[in-house]
Amino acid sequence: MEIPYTISTRPDTGLWNAKVGIWLFLASEVMLFGGLFSAYVFLRLDAQPGEWPHGLLNVPIGTMNTAVLILSSVTVVLAWAALKMRRYNAYWWYMLATILCGVTFLFVKLYFEWPQKFSHYGVYLKPEAREKYEQYLGNHRREEKGLEPRIEITGHLENHEALTDSNVKEYEIAMDPVNADPDNPAMDRPHFIPLPATDKVAKIEKEDVERISSFGPWHSAYFASYFTITGLHGAHVLGGVLVFLYMWLPVSKKVYQRNPEHLANRVEVSGLFWHFVDLIWIFVFPLFYLL
Amino acid sequence: MNNPPDIAQDPAEHEEYAHGVQQHVSRYLMVGGLLLFFTLLTVALSYVDFGGFFSWLFHIHISPQGGRKLNIAVAIAVAAFKASLVALIFMHLAAEKRLIYRVLIFTGFFVLGLFWLTYLAWYDPITR
Repeated sequence: MEIPYTISTRPDTGLWNAKVGIWLFLASEVMLFGGLFSAYVFLRLDAQPGEWPHGLLNVPIGTMNTAVLILSSVTVVLAWAALKMRRYNAYWWYMLATILCGVTFLFVKLYFEWPQKFSHYGVYLKPEAREKYEQYLGNHRREEKGLEPRIEITGHLENHEALTDSNVKEYEIAMDPVNADPDNPAMDRPHFIPLPATDKVAKIEKEDVERISSFGPWHSAYFASYFTITGLHGAHVLGGVLVFLYMWLPVSKKVYQRNPEHLANRVEVSGLFWHFVDLIWIFVFPLFYLL
Repeated sequence: MNNPPDIAQDPAEHEEYAHGVQQHVSRYLMVGGLLLFFTLLTVALSYVDFGGFFSWLFHIHISPQGGRKLNIAVAIAVAAFKASLVALIFMHLAAEKRLIYRVLIFTGFFVLGLFWLTYLAWYDPITR
């Protein structure tokens, strides 16, 4: 059976069918991501002072990944233009570049950004115990300046056995600079290049601790929404890469030889999906990395 | 856009078509460059304290939290501008058929409704 209107336009809509299809799909995607973004807004507005963390993600890496996605949006639209001009070789190279950009993005996310978070720990202190750890929190100065209080000490957990062994009475944390030097005004705002954890170790008694966890989705509303939204976004990038791979392989050259406009239209609709994924990231990047 | 080369009968039409696509290509490259520039700009602006900036400019006092709100507004405005570049140029929404605009008007309506619910929930005296 021949699928109608893959190349020619339908008289009543003035469009070939796949284009209507992809836009209806993208409309549903707007609602899907819209729901998650509104959850982000809700959680963030509801956070008590000090509960919403800042500067925990690596901004240079995030900026680089944003640039990689933008670059891939350019190459995919150039791939489409090359097909329109019937330059298959140029198309092949642009498509390869797009696929490589998508793979780079995923690689950075899955092998660099995410695992780094799972080995970093944060200790939430009980409200009544915060005064005891003032030397690591610097809240007296922050209160004077009208800044939100610090309620957590973060860094590398030195004694992992403390998580399971009830005989160990305290956690030893090699602190991040923000807790190692809390009264330094330079620590009031996140750093562009994240500073590594210091070798200054804080001993925190277990009975003063409200909660300890690594920077996984279970850490806070912030990381829960970060992993949910970037995870779903990453799944979209993976989906896009698989579709592009299919269009890049020799099997699609047959489509091109039969009717080049057919492949051009396929690339256009998958490109529309890809640009949408880029568009979502344009909002994800400032919301999680910068603000 | 005119007919592609293998559909165009007239060589002049073929050339005109290739020229048309070429013009699109240079526009895509320009938009790509703009998007990269605005990415760097939004990173740079996130390290500017807009509360401090405005109080210096207009001699008004803005609390640190108020300054943060201004920073959020600036970052969202830059992101919205970048997103509209992607939608209008890369996704060809600057010139699209009426049916697609109709679909998107509905989508916009419902997504605004969704955010409005979030806003309402925040003022709900029972859950808060």
